[in-house]
Amino acid sequence: MKELLIIAIGSAIVNNVVLSQFLGICPFLGVSKKVETASGMGGAVIFVITIASFITSLIYKFILVPLHISYLQTIVFILVIAALVQFVEMFLKKSMPSLYNALGVYLPLITTNCAVLGVALTNVQKDYGILTGVVNGIGTSVGFAIAIVIMAGIREKIEYNDISESFQGTPIVLVTAALMSIAFFGFSGLI
Amino acid sequence: MNGCTERVYNGLIKENPTFVLMLGMCPTLAVTTSAVNGVGMGLSTTVVLVLSNMLISMLRKIIPDSVRMPAFIVVVASFVTIVQFLLEGFVPSLYDALGLYIPLIVVNCIILGRAESYASKNPVVLSIFDGIGMGLGFTVGLTAIGLVRELIGSGKIFGYQLLPLADTATGQAGYVPVTIFILAPGAFLVLAGLTALQNKVKLRAARKGKKVTEASGCGEGCASCGGCNGKVFPTGNEKE
Repeated sequence: MKELLIIAIGSAIVNNVVLSQFLGICPFLGVSKKVETASGMGGAVIFVITIASFITSLIYKFILVPLHISYLQTIVFILVIAALVQFVEMFLKKSMPSLYNALGVYLPLITTNCAVLGVALTNVQKDYGILTGVVNGIGTSVGFAIAIVIMAGIREKIEYNDISESFQGTPIVLVTAALMSIAFFGFSGLI
Repeated sequence: MNGCTERVYNGLIKENPTFVLMLGMCPTLAVTTSAVNGVGMGLSTTVVLVLSNMLISMLRKIIPDSVRMPAFIVVVASFVTIVQFLLEGFVPSLYDALGLYIPLIVVNCIILGRAESYASKNPVVLSIFDGIGMGLGFTVGLTAIGLVRELIGSGKIFGYQLLPLADTATGQAGYVPVTIFILAPGAFLVLAGLTALQNKVKLRAARKGKKVTEASGCGEGCASCGGCNGKVFPTGNEKE
């Protein structure tokens, strides 16, 4: 139990997926203009990564390893994730319209979010079992949600600031990300 | 200028993936802690890009339109796996340094973007040169960022100690490295500086009335690159 907690906190805060591992930078910069959309994206990512890390751990353990084809992991994982995202989208549309309305538009964007594939591959590299893999997935995606929501909150305030012409847009967002990344260094003594 | 050199020029300068299009930001930020890593990552991506462009261009009349994205992904992922094993076998030090980011070349927007927007519509030779141009452009971008970070962060260039370090124990004067530049925040800072510079160039060009290629990558929500904007597998109800 204690180990699982350490993995979860480690992947959510200490080794934050965006700010220290640079995975999922695209949605982090692209969908962080408003807190509302950012939390929608964060929710969708938590949802997809949790399911994806479960399914990919299952596939790795019960299909790839017994058949000795674990070298195909990259190909299998990316296809499974792409199919899974679309399946989740169709399933939500049919059976949970309210959740679909909240997350739907963000789901297709997630396929090429490298955080999803990143988590699946980290689980294999670090030899995590199914339960630890899922916990790692939840931790990582919660970390992503934390980072993107904080960033959106700051960006809403930046709107009103007087920024020099060439720093408007992406550059000032990157400077903000750098400061957030420094702040997250403060957590490194936590574990 | 004939077609092939035009493609290389286009990838290197006019539509440079790092500085102009802003594609593939994840590896750009993550592996550029030193110039050598930047070159390694850039060249690995180039190899994958050239090979996948070549194969996709060869197969462009065979792959049905409705399953083209999954087909592209399988092609790209196969080449990435091959490159990964080659690096592990022949350049283990680089393999260790790049780690997780080698398999993640699969989801690099540049590769699927070029497959979708160029290789699937153009003949083989031009597609190969398009891959070379884009790949070299990406390599140049990564190496440039790596050089800046390595020089400021440790006073070295390609591992060679360019600026002699200060030694507080003996009181010897010298360069005190700004370690934060080889850590995570440094990546964001260097890229912020670069994009600000790019904005400045663009604004100046706009005042003179010239047209500049727009960034198509992350700043605009990733919607414009082939693999990012939607469904990979056909659902059967795409009417448009």
